[in-house]
Amino acid sequence: MIRVEPRPAPSRLWNALTPLLAVALTLAAGALMFAALGVGPGAALRTIFLDPLFDPRLAAFSRPQLLVKAAPLILIAIGLSLGFRAGIWNIGAEGQYLIGAVLGAAAGLALFPAESRLIFPLMVLCGLLGGLLWAMIPALLKAYARTNEILVSLLLVYVAENVVAWAALGPLRNPDGGGFPGSRQLSRWDAASNPELIAGTGAHWGVVAAMLAVVLAYALFARAKLGYDIRLAGEAPRAARFAGVSPPRLVILCFAVSGGLAGLAGIFEATGPSGQIGIDFGVGYGFTAIIVAFLGRLNPFGIVLAGLLMALTYIGGELAQMMVGIPLAAIQALQGMLLFFLLGVDVLSRYRVRLGRARPADVAAAPRAAEAAE
Amino acid sequence: MPVIDLNWTAFLASVLVVSTPFLLAALGELVVERAGVLNLGVEGMMITGAAAGIVVAIETGSPWAGFLCAALGGLGLGLVFALLTQGLQSNQVATGLGLTLFGLGFSALLAQGYVGVPAPTIGGPDLGPLRDVPILGPALFARDWVVYLGLLAALGVWLYLFRTRSGLILRAVGEGHDAAHALGYRVRATRVAAIAFGGAMAGLAGGYLTLVRVPSWTDGMTAGAGWIALAIVVFGGWRPGRVLLGAWLFGGAQALQLRLQAAQVPVPVELLSMSPYLITIAVLVAISVRRRAGGAAPACLGQPFRAGA
Repeated sequence: MIRVEPRPAPSRLWNALTPLLAVALTLAAGALMFAALGVGPGAALRTIFLDPLFDPRLAAFSRPQLLVKAAPLILIAIGLSLGFRAGIWNIGAEGQYLIGAVLGAAAGLALFPAESRLIFPLMVLCGLLGGLLWAMIPALLKAYARTNEILVSLLLVYVAENVVAWAALGPLRNPDGGGFPGSRQLSRWDAASNPELIAGTGAHWGVVAAMLAVVLAYALFARAKLGYDIRLAGEAPRAARFAGVSPPRLVILCFAVSGGLAGLAGIFEATGPSGQIGIDFGVGYGFTAIIVAFLGRLNPFGIVLAGLLMALTYIGGELAQMMVGIPLAAIQALQGMLLFFLLGVDVLSRYRVRLGRARPADVAAAPRAAEAAE
Repeated sequence: MPVIDLNWTAFLASVLVVSTPFLLAALGELVVERAGVLNLGVEGMMITGAAAGIVVAIETGSPWAGFLCAALGGLGLGLVFALLTQGLQSNQVATGLGLTLFGLGFSALLAQGYVGVPAPTIGGPDLGPLRDVPILGPALFARDWVVYLGLLAALGVWLYLFRTRSGLILRAVGEGHDAAHALGYRVRATRVAAIAFGGAMAGLAGGYLTLVRVPSWTDGMTAGAGWIALAIVVFGGWRPGRVLLGAWLFGGAQALQLRLQAAQVPVPVELLSMSPYLITIAVLVAISVRRRAGGAAPACLGQPFRAGA
């Protein structure tokens, strides 16, 4: 007989292995999906996961893209991981990313065509503020009116998408653009551009910010009392309240950090890789970052690896669309599947699968072990 | 400013049509939440149903086959959620989000090649003389079958939850799963069944979008309707009658907004487009201020159940 029983504490070994297992299962399921689409599974998976890195003709273009795409994912996911650890669900990072980009770009464009070294830092600051303020809407409503933060933060994404469309067609539209929607090219205006810092690597200021965020998040959880409070609130909310952790303060803080980082990601994107605010500025980094945060097990270094892998699926997905004719939607489905498998195999780190009948001692010990695991 | 000639008959008719997908999806989620499960994947199940529905309807030429497969598509995704949360004890919030992210990609994959293709549509029942009632007749009694199915479903869910033994057990499972388990009721089986029902209803709601309301496919076309359905459940205080009211209210706001866009009122289109979401947020806030500390939500909502723990 097969029994599943809770472990006294999550297994560290399985904690590290489950993301790998989930990726393996996703590759297997992806192969089946591609076969069903009538594409050779081997060719499809090679085009997505290997060619961007190793193909002699493509790698020169694709490799730098890895950092370009991973930077916003990592920046946003690091912010989200704080809240997710505390049981605070900001799922509207996409909206905060968009508003950060719009506010940052607006601040810069207001000064066009001035040339000053201060313009870019000002735009970055406004990008951060934009994301932070947008995140404050669900945070303050949650903290002071107990409104569900999941629904509010998500609904605000649709509002933010409309704000972007309005800005790109209205106030931020390029006056010299011949009536086309979209702002001026920020990446071609020296004072506002976010260039590649080291040629051939794709590293722009967003990559620097992402690395900083990773180190700070690590220090927060390893050393600071705040990091401890966040974990305590997530794992034992009652104990956290007795220890004097204020839930409203924690909500506001987690949303401020995740919103601010998402806004930063937005303005780095608008001034760098994307180069402008267009109608289709949002490409879903804010949602994919949720998967990145979980795939990285809410651990800063895990998030870096997860962000790079997800960036690879974006690049490989575009490549596969051109070379093998796989629709881009397949990649999105693949990313969603990854999250399913990840959540599914997580059972292995929290539970133990045993063969044979339960011994009386086990039966007596199980409930206590379960309580300890809470 | 141009005078907006609001044709009441057309407006009431469009409120009924626009509110139907909200109603179907919210009724499904209502049953799921009453059983103590929070499934945030409504949007994903809905759009999967929308894609499955139109693809099958176009291929077979039968809108009813389309509706059946829309429900099956939503149900299938619901069963994935059930397997993960009830079988493998995964986090319900994260799994629901996964369902939505997967559904958005999967549906686009399923329906690629069907973008913009018109769907075969369904008719409605012949309600005879009722149609001839001035103003109200053509608006209320000349609609398609699914509009009336939605109204019947609201009644059916109410009867089931509050007038049957099985509905009582389902509510008990949602209010106190340990006590229900101790009494010998099958907590997990009840929840899986509720999730399956919720999935099928969300799928139907999606099918209604592609087969009646629009009626064609574009990627991501649910545009947050699943999330609004979740908000309607909260608005309705987990009661079928108030959920019906909520669906009409949100459907009315949406229909009005679309009508204002068509009338080209001097307000930015984007402001009108974002208004349904803003109204939803405002309503959520108003409810949470009035109803301190959760109020009517099922006591075990979103909490995992482990037998013997």
